[in-house]
Amino acid sequence: MNMKTKELVKRLLHYVRPYRTLLFVAVLSSLISVAASLLTPVLIGDAIDFIIGKDNVDFSQVVRYIGYLGITIAFATIFQWLLSWSTNKLSFSTVKDMREDLFDHIDKLPLKYIDSHAHGDLITRMGNDIEQISTGLLQGFSQLLNGVFTIAGTLIVMFIVNWLLALVVFLITPLSLFVAAFIAKHTHDMFIKQATVQGKLSGFGEEMISNAKVVQAFSYGDDAQKYYEELNQELYNYGYKAQFYSAMSNPCTRFVNGIVYAAVGITGALLAVTRGTISPGLLSTFLMYSNQYTKPFNEITGVITELQTAMASARRVFAVLDEPTESDDSALPEIEECDGTIRLEDVSFGYTEDRILLQHIDLAVKNGQKIAIVGPTGCGKTTLINLLMRYYDVTDGRILVSSRPVTEVKRDSLRKCFGMVLQETWLTGGTIKENIAYGKRDATDEEIIAAAKAANAHGFITKMEKGYDTVVSEGGDNLSQGQRQLLCIARIMLTHPPMLILDEATSSIDTRTEIKIQKAFGTMMEGRTSFIVAHRLSTIKEADVILVMNDGNIIEHGTHEELLEKKGFYYNLYNSQFAPV
Amino acid sequence: MKRLAIHLKNYKAHLIWGPFFKLLEAIFELVVPLVMAQVIDEGINQNAGVGYILSRGALILALGIIGLCCALICQYVASKCSQGYGTLLRNDLFSHVNKLSYKELDKFGAATLVNRLTADVNQLQNMVAMMIRLFIRAPFLVIGAAVMAMIINLKLALVFLAAAPLIAFVLYIIMSRTVPHYKTVQKKLDTVTGITRENLAGVRVVRAFANQGYERARFRTAAEDLTRTSNTVGAISALLNPLTFAIINVAILAILWFGGGIVDSGEMTQGEIIAFVNYMTQISLALVVVANMVILITKSSASASRVLEVLETEPSVTDEGNEEVIPDDNAPAVRFDNVYFGYVEGAYALDGLSVDINKGETVGVIGGTGSGKSTLVNLLGRFYDVSEGSVKLFGTDVRKYPLEQLRTTIAYVPQKAVLASGTIRSNMQWAKKDATDEEIWRALEIAQAADFVRAKKKGLDEVVERDGRNFSGGQRQRLTIARALVGSPKILVLDDSSSALDFATDYALRKAIARSKGDTTVFWVSQRATSIKNADKIIVLDEGEVKGIGTHKELFDTCDVYREICLSQVSKEENAR
Repeated sequence: MNMKTKELVKRLLHYVRPYRTLLFVAVLSSLISVAASLLTPVLIGDAIDFIIGKDNVDFSQVVRYIGYLGITIAFATIFQWLLSWSTNKLSFSTVKDMREDLFDHIDKLPLKYIDSHAHGDLITRMGNDIEQISTGLLQGFSQLLNGVFTIAGTLIVMFIVNWLLALVVFLITPLSLFVAAFIAKHTHDMFIKQATVQGKLSGFGEEMISNAKVVQAFSYGDDAQKYYEELNQELYNYGYKAQFYSAMSNPCTRFVNGIVYAAVGITGALLAVTRGTISPGLLSTFLMYSNQYTKPFNEITGVITELQTAMASARRVFAVLDEPTESDDSALPEIEECDGTIRLEDVSFGYTEDRILLQHIDLAVKNGQKIAIVGPTGCGKTTLINLLMRYYDVTDGRILVSSRPVTEVKRDSLRKCFGMVLQETWLTGGTIKENIAYGKRDATDEEIIAAAKAANAHGFITKMEKGYDTVVSEGGDNLSQGQRQLLCIARIMLTHPPMLILDEATSSIDTRTEIKIQKAFGTMMEGRTSFIVAHRLSTIKEADVILVMNDGNIIEHGTHEELLEKKGFYYNLYNSQFAPV
Repeated sequence: MKRLAIHLKNYKAHLIWGPFFKLLEAIFELVVPLVMAQVIDEGINQNAGVGYILSRGALILALGIIGLCCALICQYVASKCSQGYGTLLRNDLFSHVNKLSYKELDKFGAATLVNRLTADVNQLQNMVAMMIRLFIRAPFLVIGAAVMAMIINLKLALVFLAAAPLIAFVLYIIMSRTVPHYKTVQKKLDTVTGITRENLAGVRVVRAFANQGYERARFRTAAEDLTRTSNTVGAISALLNPLTFAIINVAILAILWFGGGIVDSGEMTQGEIIAFVNYMTQISLALVVVANMVILITKSSASASRVLEVLETEPSVTDEGNEEVIPDDNAPAVRFDNVYFGYVEGAYALDGLSVDINKGETVGVIGGTGSGKSTLVNLLGRFYDVSEGSVKLFGTDVRKYPLEQLRTTIAYVPQKAVLASGTIRSNMQWAKKDATDEEIWRALEIAQAADFVRAKKKGLDEVVERDGRNFSGGQRQRLTIARALVGSPKILVLDDSSSALDFATDYALRKAIARSKGDTTVFWVSQRATSIKNADKIIVLDEGEVKGIGTHKELFDTCDVYREICLSQVSKEENAR
């Protein structure tokens, strides 16, 4: 993904466009404040020229210039503030729009993308990268603008006032750029080495600490410590060098500034003595300028690196925004009345094209049937569910729900036909009440409590200090795995979907609670088409149809009794759990 | 604080020489405007001649070069000292975390510990560097410039004495207003990324409920909230530069105003006025540094207290003074003697357990979630200490064992199957560093992992990524079992370690362990009745209480809880088989 810089800028400008008034204010303020701050040293110098020595001070002139100075300072102050304020506002508003676009886009990305990309990476783009755009690109831009104006303005004023002195400054200052570039080049290598080792060290530290319990159980702590200290020593070796090299740039540029300062002072003094073309006040103006003039150079070097990082960040953000979304289904009809039937016609599917997982599957499910899917891990059970919910699209063949091909109805209306409970519990940040009502946000408290009761969750919820208003902490540490699952089940109990998908829904719940939930499921499944994926064969026995899957194919199907009689794969699977050891 | 400063001990010389050279540089820097004033007064106004001007120029250059050298020495010293400090502190903290017992680890949680080890230590390391570079220099420059001004002219120096505190005050006001806000901004940004994280993790559920629109609205609210706060902070912090600019320049204005009169009376020269203006600019730069220093100190003190909190947490489980135990082979392998245990005071997770387990026995532990199963086995390896009673291993209280000996006696397969990055071999050698390939393969065979390891291109040298995420859950689980088997432990604990295995594999595993275990005592914690029904002893737990101890047959007839569990999983006839 190599977006041209030109295109990148164009897209960024697109985001800035709604706030172009702010941009205009920023540029204008920058111009005015720079002009005012350039004028200040000139006025100070002029004033000094009227303070020559004993009995030789022209007070009326000094007062006049002090008046001018006051006005200039006021202008500079106000517009400096306006510049910061407008660029801040501009950048915050722009990145807010960008964030919202990114989120909306992520929300529409196909599962295929989300499943195959590290979530941490996407989150970094949402957090750090956009932050980088905000600070680097927009605020950096304003600094750059200010810097360029200052440099240009200073040069112009200096050349107008005294071209010889100006030439001195003009010729020596780039030296600091060279020095900075020279140091940066040499620091870069060391920084990369440092970053690599730092990454390794942090990674190892994180791994060992996250698994501290296992580390202790195996008395592995000493070995871990040894390796950690080795890496840490390596980090030290690169780290202090990297730090020193980069710390050199500050004194070095300061030294160059010192040279400029001395050169201006001496040349100015010589000019004053030998030709008399320069006054002490003018010299002081130049001395102030030489300080002012070198500063933006140093800043610009910093800003340019920031800009580059920001550009890279923008690239990463736009790369996500360029990912194709799920196809638009707004023109498609809804499933109004789901009749509970499902048909798979010659369905084939693979997550990647070279590895087809499901092959030519035909299946007809009648309304109210219970379908159990069994088979060893990795046999494709979950894949089937991915297809039913249209998280993924089939590679070949078609799926009909309620006699409608799933590709020809709105996704939302298709998904609303199913109530799904997965092995991995997912709760949203918020209260328990909000979580139960996730599928039906206008539910009354009575409905919520009834659903919780049906899921056998009411008991533990009321035992918590704040009951239904308990906030589910991030990561849900205040709830056990089983309790979380019960909430997920209550969530479904509230929506009464026409069909059910239970993917290992009770595997993390202890057996005694499970009995109760099974009962609740039993009532819920009554008359509803249900898909059940389970390891526990006891849950499966009552199913109308058991699909036995292996390596992506349905190798056997039938009722429990039929399959046992067959003495095939299912028979072996079933018996292995009772065989004596 | 002492605990943090201890690592600076090795760098005493650095801590003196660094600031010393920085100070020298600052002095040279302060002298330059004075020399320049001479250039103007004597060189220009009193016509001291070209030679004089050039000699002064050479002096300024020399001052610059010496200053540069001093600065470089200081930077070098600061880099070495701060990096060294960070390195030592990091080692110390890492080692300390490794000594903490489960109780303290639970209290902190891994995420924050990792953060403290990386971000906070780095922050402190930076702090040391800045301390050397700026702590002395910046205040010195401020005071020095003021003193120089006073030497030149005491009356006019009053302008300094007025301006400097005013600038400091403005800096303080603005920073004290914005710094707390930065934390709020960070928190709000965390909310924004948090919602993104949540939506990615729960993408299936969000879409299943057709709730994308709702989530978008939620995100929008959070993003707007963030923007609002950012704007507020931005507006305040935007005041900083203009205000300091204004104060400095008004001060210069005052210098010109009053200075005019003073020069007129002959007390001061024109060049000295220029030097005054120069010192004013220097002060403003130094004050900005001081302000940044204040921010740095605030941030660092938060980091320091976070690191200290860890370092000052004493591990609740220690083996100080314990000597190698000679196990008594005639005593029961494990004896729980009236054991009580609570994670928090007053609420027992294990409520009076007494049982003897003989060498070579297989013990099943069953019960619902939160019944105390894991607690029971965690007490064996002293991951927690009992609240009352005692746990004895081969006749000796576990609290008398050196931890290393205790934990090599017991091999542990945790609930959460994680591997360390490295290779399969390096993972298998955790318990026994010198385990041969033969030993490893034998363990893999028993753990039902040999087949898929053999199928890997590089066999035992196959790379394991972090947490073992390049293996499936079932594969990871089997590898962690093999890892425990490698050292041929005397006691093997499987804490619900086969939950990701299908029944056929689970069965094969049980069979293989039973066949090969010899006189190893096995604790098998499970929720599945089928996994433990053939055990020699089964312990049934329910909310910390022991509901029954016995064989499957005995318990099925006498223990209600056990029967209920069995019946919920398989039918009556099958239980009888």
